Amino acid sequence: MIAPTQPTTDPAGNEERPLRQGRHGSSKRPPLAILIPAACVGVAMLLPPAYLIIRGAEASNEAWDLLFRVRTLHLIGRTGLLILLVTAGSALLAVPIAWLTTQTDLPLRRAWAVLTALPLVVPTFVGSFLYISALSPRGILQQALEPLGIDRLPEIYGLPGAFLVLTLLSYPYVLLTVRSAFQSLDPAFEESARTLGHGRMSAALRVTLPQLRPAITSGGLLVALYTLSDFGAVSLMRFPTFTWVIFQQYQTAFDRSIAAVLSLVLVCMALGIVLLDAYTRGRLRYYRVDAGPSRAPNVVSLGRWKWAAAIFLAVVVALALGIPAGVLLYWLVRGVLAGEPLLAFWSAAVNSLAVSGAAALISVACSVPIAAMVVRYPSKLARAIERLSFVGFALPGIVVALALVFFAVNYARPVYQTVWLLIFAYVVLFLPAALGATRSSLLKVSPDLEDAARGLGRTHTQTMRAVTLPLIAPGMLMGMSLVFLIAMKELPATLILGPLEFKTLATSIWSASSEAFFAQAAAPALVLIMLSSVPMAFLVTQNFASPAASQSQSP
Amino acid sequence: MTEFAVQCTGLAKRYGSVKAVDRVDLTVRSGETLSIVGPSGSGKTTILRIIAGFETIDAGNVTLQGVSVSTPQTSIPPERRRVGLVFQEHALFPHKTVAENVSFGLHKMPANDRRKRQEDVLDLVQLSHYAQRYPHELSGGERQRVALARSLAPKPSVLLLDEPFSGLDANLRLRIREEVKTILAASGATVIFVTHDQEGALFMGDTIAIIDNGKIEQTGAPQQVFHAPVTKFAARFLGTADFLHGTYQNGNVETEIGVFPASIEGSGECEVMTRPDDIDLAPADDGPGTVVSRTFQGISNLYRVELPSGAVLRAQRPHYESYAPGDRVDVRPSFHYAPRCFAADDGRLLR
Repeated sequence: MIAPTQPTTDPAGNEERPLRQGRHGSSKRPPLAILIPAACVGVAMLLPPAYLIIRGAEASNEAWDLLFRVRTLHLIGRTGLLILLVTAGSALLAVPIAWLTTQTDLPLRRAWAVLTALPLVVPTFVGSFLYISALSPRGILQQALEPLGIDRLPEIYGLPGAFLVLTLLSYPYVLLTVRSAFQSLDPAFEESARTLGHGRMSAALRVTLPQLRPAITSGGLLVALYTLSDFGAVSLMRFPTFTWVIFQQYQTAFDRSIAAVLSLVLVCMALGIVLLDAYTRGRLRYYRVDAGPSRAPNVVSLGRWKWAAAIFLAVVVALALGIPAGVLLYWLVRGVLAGEPLLAFWSAAVNSLAVSGAAALISVACSVPIAAMVVRYPSKLARAIERLSFVGFALPGIVVALALVFFAVNYARPVYQTVWLLIFAYVVLFLPAALGATRSSLLKVSPDLEDAARGLGRTHTQTMRAVTLPLIAPGMLMGMSLVFLIAMKELPATLILGPLEFKTLATSIWSASSEAFFAQAAAPALVLIMLSSVPMAFLVTQNFASPAASQSQSP
Repeated sequence: MTEFAVQCTGLAKRYGSVKAVDRVDLTVRSGETLSIVGPSGSGKTTILRIIAGFETIDAGNVTLQGVSVSTPQTSIPPERRRVGLVFQEHALFPHKTVAENVSFGLHKMPANDRRKRQEDVLDLVQLSHYAQRYPHELSGGERQRVALARSLAPKPSVLLLDEPFSGLDANLRLRIREEVKTILAASGATVIFVTHDQEGALFMGDTIAIIDNGKIEQTGAPQQVFHAPVTKFAARFLGTADFLHGTYQNGNVETEIGVFPASIEGSGECEVMTRPDDIDLAPADDGPGTVVSRTFQGISNLYRVELPSGAVLRAQRPHYESYAPGDRVDVRPSFHYAPRCFAADDGRLLR
């Protein structure tokens, strides 16, 4: 799964069925080897939001005054509008694609499934500069159309551009959750509706769609939070939302508490989105009650509509992948022809790999004790630690970064302006993704296996090494790939926390393209996309692979 | 070595206000099989997990081969108890081959001995040819045998089987049950077998313990428990039983279908246990019984017959003896042993 998962539900919104965890309630206490690291990670996660609140409370009166000026309301309105449009657009794009690639006899279904998920590897700041250079009033498209007498295209900067880029690059979040919901859909529900006298359409609307609702909302939640915390697209498309204004305040204003106060508002918006999601979700739960294996879906024959479907998918893929790829190649060739040094970003690539790799390793390592607490020793404490570890899910990267800057300047000077602070920010931000993967892989390991090993004479630690860790290793690897992938694309925290003169691929691309040196940005962008494609390919193949070997038991 | 491989005295375990195990005494002689049978939630699995060392106890103690392993104060961890545990879903390690699974508990042996023992055990369960396969490549029955081999390999002082057959379908279950019984007999292991299935318990156990609500209702040889249940629960749980109101006096019990000799002292109200095969029927237009329903079972028919008092008894009759619902019949008990009578007020067995 690409998306960070929320506690207690998987991205499809299905309740995970635990394998007789915590038998007879919980009479067991977690061993200290699990409890202590889990508690430490939980406390560390608390640091950014706690410090942000402290900083906000200390903020100057001017900062608070500014907040109550009309400008802030505008800001909230603009940000909210963008979130609404992008989320709706993503859902409208993703649901039909998910249906076509799971439930129909569309030719080359597998290939379409991979291609339509792929825009996820394109960071928004890369996508933005590519669309800008292609579609701006005097961009590549206009130059191609010049002979036809078109000397100016409509403006792309602002809301239309931000909406276009964010929708095309973040709809895969909804696609992946809805796809897996479609795949776990039991055709028996639809068949029951049909035998009860409902036509195909009526059954789809009354039975199938409601079952997809949790998946659509949880995918939508991801898109909404992603849009809220996005910095790359809105900064390059010059659409001033919260993140961009905060960044400018941080860089230019003398009084940094303005940035802190604005961050608090941003956090409130994020919490609002999370609560809205929890509210609409309500107490509804959708899952099959019986344990019998779900049958394969009934394939819908598209007939002549095959062509229409293929054209629709081709247009989406062309827009979301084709145009960016083409423009990227265009700039790459132009750059080479213009003598642009291709290897100038070598050290940036190494930096990106190093910090993202470290973040991936540390995040997954931190997630293991928490997953063990939550799955094997459920208690109030375990739930509290799990909630804390989801801080990064709701906190935008820029907010975590600012909180850490404030904290480090005041209390932890030695780590200020070092990569360690940056890696810590990554861990806070991406721990939810790592935890989602390790937690669900641990849920699949029956506690009977561990008991069996104990019964065969192995101690707690030996059991962990010989049985549990090998079984959750694939999940840990998935978690690492996921964190690596997101960390490579991270921009605002990297800009704020990276030491002076420390350039990553992301920051190099952003600084080149924000000054419209598109040819300079092309080569690092290509390398970034290629490096992120490796874990992405792993994640996609893992999703398709038969889980037989990694599953715990039962035929 | 002591005579008893397992000895549990006064075991008690509560979860909150629920008494999961309530003052349980159990013993198993070396080389014997004890079946613990009871409805789900009766505490039988908890007893196994206490013996294996996964659960602590609030009172009592457990000794294995004469060594105390569990008291309320101390509990030897599972890995130091030499107890084999076979799970309902087998719990074979999916990332290890059959051979690796079987030798998993032999990690303290020198490599040569380990290999020898692993081969011996796989021979015992007749799966040597599958040594290099993975669990998901085996059938349900084969997995069952691997699980058994894995638990037997370290020569446990007692082998605990937790509902090992409930995951299998009915036909397979009968076959595997026999295979397992043969393997266990050949290995000479001491076994505690937990199930909710009375037939399986009767088949597997040298001794049967019936448990309900955390309490042992009765322990004894299968025939003894079946013929002479000491509680109404035991009577009903092991085989089918109906109860007929009666009064006892001077060594006789009087019911609406007759008077029987019963060696009970004193006098009072009681309930007499009847099993379906104790009841004879005969056509009689003025008979006391009315056939309420008939269930054809192949070899026999099971009738429900209503008596004048409103009591309903079940009668099992050969398939060629046929009554229709509504027929009037004569109802005669033909006890092949002294009828079991329980006091009407508190349900205690009357002797």
